[in-house]
Amino acid sequence: MDIPLEKHKGKIRTVELRKESPSGLAIGGQDCLALHLFEGSYPNKPVIAWEITDTDPSKWLGDVRKPYKDVLGDPVGWAKMVREEHGAKIICLNLIGTDPNKDDKSPEEAASLLKNILSAIDIPVIVKGPGPGEKQNDVLAACAEAASGQSCLFAAAVEEQYKTLVASCMAYGHALVAETPIDVNLCKQLNILISDMNLSLDRVVIDPLTGGLGYGLEYTYSVMERIRLQALGGDEMMQNPFICFIGDEVWKVKEVKADDPAWGDREKRAILWEIATATSLLYSGADILVMRHPEAIKAVNEAIDDLMKG
Amino acid sequence: MALTGLQIFKLLPNTNCGDCGVPTCLAFAMKLAAKRVELSKCPHASDEAKAALGEASAPPIRKIAIGAGENMATVGEELVMFRHDKTFYHKTVIAPLLHDNNNAVDEAKTLSSIVVERAGEVLKIDAIALQQSGDDGEHFAKTAQAISSETGLPLILISGDPDGMKKALDLVGDKRPLVYPMVNENFDGMTAIAKEKGVPIVVAGPSGLDGLIERVKKVKAAGVEDIVLDPSSKSLAGSLRDQTLIRRAALQADIKDLGYPTISGALSGGDSSCKSSIASIAAICKYSSFLVIEDFQPWQFLPLLTLRQNIYTDPQKPLQVEPKIYPILEPDESSPLLVTTNFSLTYFMVSTEIDDSEVPSHLLITEAEGQSVLTAWAAGKFSPEIIAKAVMESKIEERLKHRNLIIPGYVAMLSGELEENLPGWRVHVGPQESADIPAYLREEWPQIASSPAGDA
Repeated sequence: MDIPLEKHKGKIRTVELRKESPSGLAIGGQDCLALHLFEGSYPNKPVIAWEITDTDPSKWLGDVRKPYKDVLGDPVGWAKMVREEHGAKIICLNLIGTDPNKDDKSPEEAASLLKNILSAIDIPVIVKGPGPGEKQNDVLAACAEAASGQSCLFAAAVEEQYKTLVASCMAYGHALVAETPIDVNLCKQLNILISDMNLSLDRVVIDPLTGGLGYGLEYTYSVMERIRLQALGGDEMMQNPFICFIGDEVWKVKEVKADDPAWGDREKRAILWEIATATSLLYSGADILVMRHPEAIKAVNEAIDDLMKG
Repeated sequence: MALTGLQIFKLLPNTNCGDCGVPTCLAFAMKLAAKRVELSKCPHASDEAKAALGEASAPPIRKIAIGAGENMATVGEELVMFRHDKTFYHKTVIAPLLHDNNNAVDEAKTLSSIVVERAGEVLKIDAIALQQSGDDGEHFAKTAQAISSETGLPLILISGDPDGMKKALDLVGDKRPLVYPMVNENFDGMTAIAKEKGVPIVVAGPSGLDGLIERVKKVKAAGVEDIVLDPSSKSLAGSLRDQTLIRRAALQADIKDLGYPTISGALSGGDSSCKSSIASIAAICKYSSFLVIEDFQPWQFLPLLTLRQNIYTDPQKPLQVEPKIYPILEPDESSPLLVTTNFSLTYFMVSTEIDDSEVPSHLLITEAEGQSVLTAWAAGKFSPEIIAKAVMESKIEERLKHRNLIIPGYVAMLSGELEENLPGWRVHVGPQESADIPAYLREEWPQIASSPAGDA
């Protein structure tokens, strides 16, 4: 039998997070399509980042509040809980409380929280700002300074607003997430803009923008495959690992919230909604999956272990 | 080697008789070259043409159909490794696994009664896989017949007992079930039965694709052409490797003995139904034509069938929708007016939720280069000026007796400036998430509508 195995010219960059810590992580580094261990090298497993929030996430559905009920509103305790009780390898601190339309917490408050979390746990931290706008610039800049030298991953730089974040990450030794709206060319263009500012692309993770299951998943799935094929084909401006923010896209949709008996047990269906979104994007190339429900995280982690045995 | 359309054209009668269903021989030749039809559609093809085109004209992955009538399920004929290259053509056939115990018929009826309409598609189970558990072939056959007549669904018959399989095919063979022989020793007997009844058969590999190819050659030599491959993968990693290599072998390496649709099993694994769900997700994403799911649960239905819908939609669908007013549920002069951007996912989510709210509404979509609300706002593409202009140009004023505009919660900050740009209008801040739109339209809108301040 003569089925060709595919060798590619290009290779995905390795992004190192919290490299000074014994629990630091390297992301990416593969020279083949997603999970194709049978024809390439895959030095680093895809990882799941546990999402925690700086303030009680009152809008989160009961299913994803319940497992954390003792630590909601106590982000440091929350971080320790997922690390110690669930064996988290990386967390995502979502600074929803800094949103001017919510609690409008100050950049200083966010920075001091990040410092406390970094001293409480030794794993890498993804820091997610409140979304594009002046406030995000200020919040992420303050956090980057406070976490100087701890190689965190900051989210996100967008085409309209990337310079401040790039400068902060360069100054304080962090990596950043480059977010573009489900588009191969815009993804490449933002990476070029970032690299033009002299930030090494070894410190960039691509957020292709996640559409949840039933709400645009297929666009994300295909744009990731296209970006990855172009990267492996040798395009140096695309050779970066992917991050997918799963939780936010899953836990708000109708099929997760609705109590329709014809649709079967609601909570199990909701958890499977998160599993299905995460697993399919794992197959299209995700290197970091940001997720919420402990059972969904456990199931997808087991799948990753199975896939990485080759 | 594949022939070009022109090379094939030279071998055809060039009579343009249309008997093949295509108006001209040239058009038929082009379709043959694209592997979209088979040469057998042309009743006048010469032996010379058949010999030359025979193998070259067959689709790289054989088409297999099971079942009969409106529930017939067709697989195969896939042409790409990646959905963005064209589209994945025939959807994965999802078949819950039942054992021939006393409940099987009722369970099959329950499963076949789940029907959900989602985004213009009717989602339902495609087939039932029935496994013979004991040595009572008569009972297996009767159960198969009852399920077939009660549900009308195509069957996948799983058995290691040639006698039971034969009895079943005597009863339901005309419904073209897929024969899935369980035990290797009886394989030749099963092949003979499948050949006699003219039904497709699953060929399972002992291990590795070389072994699978050997078995396929034997089955073909026995005269059976309708084959479905089960690479008998042992793990998620093995399954990804086998499914990828089988499709690659058929599409890129022209290995005819692997040019068949595949089948995967998602076995429950006892304690953890998550494992079966994940195996199912993997099978849908990565190339399985049939998916047999053990211990299928109602809560798995919507996530798995929605995933299949996503993976199998046409990837050429644009990400933007046309900026204009979309009427939802036949709105009138007193219906609410909502505005959002022309990102197709935003439009899809918002319109679905309005539909769900059962409150007829006008939905104004603005030109925002296909960006979502927050991104468009940050880029200045969803500004008070742009929204005001879109409202004016839509001439919606002529069709409304109120002057209330509902904007997405994420852009609450532009309500003041928007009111300045839209004299006479009142701007209301709707919910941030589209999932909260039904509650908003049902609870908040009546209050807004009854307030005199927003009258025209």
